[in-house]
Amino acid sequence: MDRKEFLRTIALTGAIITLKSKGGMELMAQAQGGKPVDMVAVMGGEPEEMFRQAIEELGGMARFIKAGWKVTVKPNIGWDKSPELAGNTNPKLIGEIVRQCFQAGAKEVTVFDHTCDDWIKCYKNSGIEAAAKAAGAKMAPAHEESYYREVRLPDGKKLKTSKIHEAILDCDAWINVPVLKHHGGANLSISMKNYMGVVWDRRIFHRVDLQQCIADICTLEKRPVLNIVDAYRTMKSNGPQGRSPADVVKTKSLFISQDIVAVDTAAAKFFGQIRDMPLESVGHLANGQTLGLGTMNLDKLNIKRIKLG
Amino acid sequence: MLKKIRTAISIALFSLITFFFIDFAGLMPGDTAKLLTKMQLIPAMLSLSAAVLIALAALTLLLGRVYCSSICPMGVFQDVVAWLSKRVFPKKRYRFSKPKNILRITMLAAAGVIFLKFPLLLGFIDPYSAYGRVAANVFRPVYMAGNNALEAIFTTFGSYAFYKTNVFIASATAFTVALLTMAAIGYLAWRHGRAYCNTICPVGTILGFLSKFSVFKIRIDHSKCNGCRACEMKCKAACISGKRHTVDHSRCVGCFSCLDICHKNAISFSPALTRKSADASPAQRPVDEGKRRFLKAGVATAVAAPVAAAKDGAASLTGTRKYVRQHPISPPGSVSTENMLKRCTSCHLCISKCPSRALKPAFMEYGLAGMMQPVMYFEKGFCNFDCTICSEVCPTGAIKRLTKEEKHLNQGGRVVFTRDICVVQVEETSCGACSEHCPTQAVTMIPYKDGLTIPHLNVEICIGCGGCEFICPARPLRAIHVEGLAVQGKAKPFEEQEKEDKEINSFGF
Repeated sequence: MDRKEFLRTIALTGAIITLKSKGGMELMAQAQGGKPVDMVAVMGGEPEEMFRQAIEELGGMARFIKAGWKVTVKPNIGWDKSPELAGNTNPKLIGEIVRQCFQAGAKEVTVFDHTCDDWIKCYKNSGIEAAAKAAGAKMAPAHEESYYREVRLPDGKKLKTSKIHEAILDCDAWINVPVLKHHGGANLSISMKNYMGVVWDRRIFHRVDLQQCIADICTLEKRPVLNIVDAYRTMKSNGPQGRSPADVVKTKSLFISQDIVAVDTAAAKFFGQIRDMPLESVGHLANGQTLGLGTMNLDKLNIKRIKLG
Repeated sequence: MLKKIRTAISIALFSLITFFFIDFAGLMPGDTAKLLTKMQLIPAMLSLSAAVLIALAALTLLLGRVYCSSICPMGVFQDVVAWLSKRVFPKKRYRFSKPKNILRITMLAAAGVIFLKFPLLLGFIDPYSAYGRVAANVFRPVYMAGNNALEAIFTTFGSYAFYKTNVFIASATAFTVALLTMAAIGYLAWRHGRAYCNTICPVGTILGFLSKFSVFKIRIDHSKCNGCRACEMKCKAACISGKRHTVDHSRCVGCFSCLDICHKNAISFSPALTRKSADASPAQRPVDEGKRRFLKAGVATAVAAPVAAAKDGAASLTGTRKYVRQHPISPPGSVSTENMLKRCTSCHLCISKCPSRALKPAFMEYGLAGMMQPVMYFEKGFCNFDCTICSEVCPTGAIKRLTKEEKHLNQGGRVVFTRDICVVQVEETSCGACSEHCPTQAVTMIPYKDGLTIPHLNVEICIGCGGCEFICPARPLRAIHVEGLAVQGKAKPFEEQEKEDKEINSFGF
């Protein structure tokens, strides 16, 4: 890259950021009539109604999804488990998100995950394939390496490149929809950990340094426009797969934010009420903050807390 | 008319069974297709399915060897080849040949001996299993490649109607054997129609005994027949002698090709003519030594080729394999290695159906006798906790039917942990990939040091699914792997925690 090109890129990036955040600010100001909302936490409703409430507080889906866009929704569909076992994101939530994307004018919505169990079984038994298709989305396969393209991660500390699924690379916007659950390796699996479903080679994460690699992959240039944490059912133990309904607590909650570190910090604190979970043990949070991906200091943020019912 | 009905049935059954083998996407509902494999004679004998055996015997005693023309996929495969050869050489004519009874009886006796002793060899000559291997190892990769070509086109237009699949040959040995089988039987069919069925095939010989006594038979009315030999030239089983107006019913496969060709209406498929035709045993004629030599050579090749291939494989085994398991893991439900050796004919249906690609044809894992039988490997995937498909489709009883609940407790192997090479110890980082993949939590993560956790085993509840081994990032050797059991056991059910319903009423932040 020569100097001229470099400067041009900087100028363009700056312009885009200004434009984007300005537009956002205006809309948020309209919705709130004051300080913009950084995060919404909802409790006590069904998945669909909690999401509808939360997105409205953030200014509506149209703030994040523009007419004619190709949108990708990335739930956690890692395991061949039924929704009651909470191994995957709630299918009703995914259905509602897809519907709202289309209402906001999305041209096309694609849903996928790089599953751990056999992908066909996961898509089917999670209920996500049916819910997404009913709402008009496409399910993209992600079980073969050829669906992935190598991307550089210049800001990553230990993970410098990764093969990313084309549905993420080729969309106009993507939405990160993890489920909150216990995780034997990373201690918790939330929004940042959900990135492991957009990459091809996950073993390298485990081999190199799991907590750092999770933070590193989140430096991927194309950030999700929203992180929506499903905590309708929370797997409190034996995660990420779970063994039985005894691992699951019906917590009926949902957290949304554009700040991935903040939303995961909030979800981790929420989880701490079920079972002791010091934030330090979820090392990727602090690693993410160090990389400038977001903040763990929730006091700084304007959080809207809503209790339904 | 009979010929048309027969052809339609044959094509339908053949297409269904072939598609069942190659259908990697699981488009075909398994329940009906399973019947097609379970009604095959050798599998029915191995699984001791009295109902199937009685039904097949009754069918043959009624209609003759229609099994060979419609139910047996290898039979129809040969007809397809013979049909193609006729398109290439339209002048091709069949000629009556002497029955090769000595060869047939020898092969049957051999089959009987190996039925008791070495099912592997039985698997070589059992037409169903031989065809299964051809479909699974040769046709299936071709079908997959075709799918990928379509996928590429559709995906370009933004449709995910097709998805890409990894085209692979599960085992070089099995592929070679399948290809040789296809070439040998295909060659025989191209040149001599149903020669295989009336010389080597043990099923053909057994049914041939019965079909001599069947009620309906192809019969020639001597008073009408003018000996034009049109029927003989049509007979791919080479069992009609036009000169003597006789049909060797032990070799007639009930294809009905001869019926429509007769201008004199002298030939019919009927319960008994008024006049008994003396067609039972044709007189002895000098044996065609050339043909016999060819067949012997064919058999010798079929036996020798895998041995040669085995030697090839052994070389690669020592060189490139990442890892040598001490005890092979047989599919869940296979009871024991012994049961596998006794019952499995290596039709490779389970291998074709395994959605996780955790099954592949064995090389020498079970020893020579178990070559090509299914064995578990966790390089491409691991055994899905809830999946019982291999036990559902196995037609021979080598893999016993398991319910989901039984599968959850079927211990096919046990986990082994090599702490010295675990990344947690070596790199001092958190990992937990094995525990993450463990459906029973036989592998859990316990405190190690500095907030790190390290795998801890509870082998009693391990079922040997291989999730841990599949995902373990340690290389070149995995830090965690599964060792098979010669006799599969029962895993202890894991202790269910008390389900406590926690009320969470605040956000906690």
